[in-house]
Amino acid sequence: MNQAWVLMFEFFKTGLFAIGGGPATIPFLMEMAEKYPWFTMQELSDMIAISESTPGPIGLNMATYAGFRTLGVFGGILSTIALVIPSIVIIIIIAKFLEGFQENRIVKAVFAGIKPAVTALIASAVIQMIRVSLFREADGGTVPHIQSIVLCVVIFLLLQWKKTKKMHPALWFLIAAVIGVVFQF
Amino acid sequence: MNELWNLYAAFFRIGILTFGGGLTMLPLLKYELVDTRKWITEDTLLECYAIGQCTPGIIAVNTATFVGYKRKGISGGIFATLGMATPSVLIITVIAMFLQALITQPIVQHALMGIRGAVCALMINTVYTLAKKSLVNPICVVICAAAFALAFLTEIPTVLIIVLAAVAGVIIDLVTGGAEK
Repeated sequence: MNQAWVLMFEFFKTGLFAIGGGPATIPFLMEMAEKYPWFTMQELSDMIAISESTPGPIGLNMATYAGFRTLGVFGGILSTIALVIPSIVIIIIIAKFLEGFQENRIVKAVFAGIKPAVTALIASAVIQMIRVSLFREADGGTVPHIQSIVLCVVIFLLLQWKKTKKMHPALWFLIAAVIGVVFQF
Repeated sequence: MNELWNLYAAFFRIGILTFGGGLTMLPLLKYELVDTRKWITEDTLLECYAIGQCTPGIIAVNTATFVGYKRKGISGGIFATLGMATPSVLIITVIAMFLQALITQPIVQHALMGIRGAVCALMINTVYTLAKKSLVNPICVVICAAAFALAFLTEIPTVLIIVLAAVAGVIIDLVTGGAEK
């Protein structure tokens, strides 16, 4: 039961402070991976792949998956509810009392400060993710996993190319999975 | 009560048809809520969206709560949000169960290693896109660099970095706003 409260608290916190939607939850999930034995950084990467290739907003999918990994079906429901409670409360207050909220000078100033910081937080999380996904522990040190790095660079370059830019993320994951199996990653 | 179920059902549909979330949802929301059901006008939808983006939480959930509230008050907001969340909970739980059973298979391990490379590529691209959008002036670059240093080099909690950035935003507004006058 205790763990259920901690799980709820962490996702409530994420719902309250993750500003900018789905990807903004990643730094918080990474913090959870470091702090609790719920899931590892590698599993977080798997969560992102699954959340992006299944229906539903990424943020909700991530919460359900993380909760499930921690406490089973019950955990998945719990973390999702905890994630949406701050949204419901805040949005209803704004809708009821604050006319022109998004035009307010202080709100604009706050978000002008937060936006670049969120970019930085996600960037920092992505670097940590690269460290666990594209490198491996071997002989007491970390060695780059060349195949994964090449795959990552090629996909990134294709994402800049006009013709493959708009391709659905799930399709990239499918291709990467096949390459991983064929070349024994 | 009927109306509440309609809200639940409409957002359940939207949840199932959404891939990704955030901005990719806008055309779908317009089709479902403005064009088909005529529950809200396009202006209200854009307003919901603007508010959804500058409030904490998942943009999709914020939009669902807002539309639900506009239709049917507080219970409307709750039903719309639950509708939005139900498909995620159902689908992800089933997938997670399967994955847990299959994860020890070598073939699944190889596939996941490949997928992790792709996730890195997509995430780097997300950061690149966000950076282009959010780093529009030198002040933004400074805030971004400071936040990155704190996140990457120290153990400071993520929440605190966000609060500090918000405070920095207000201070900068006061300083530059004062200069304009």
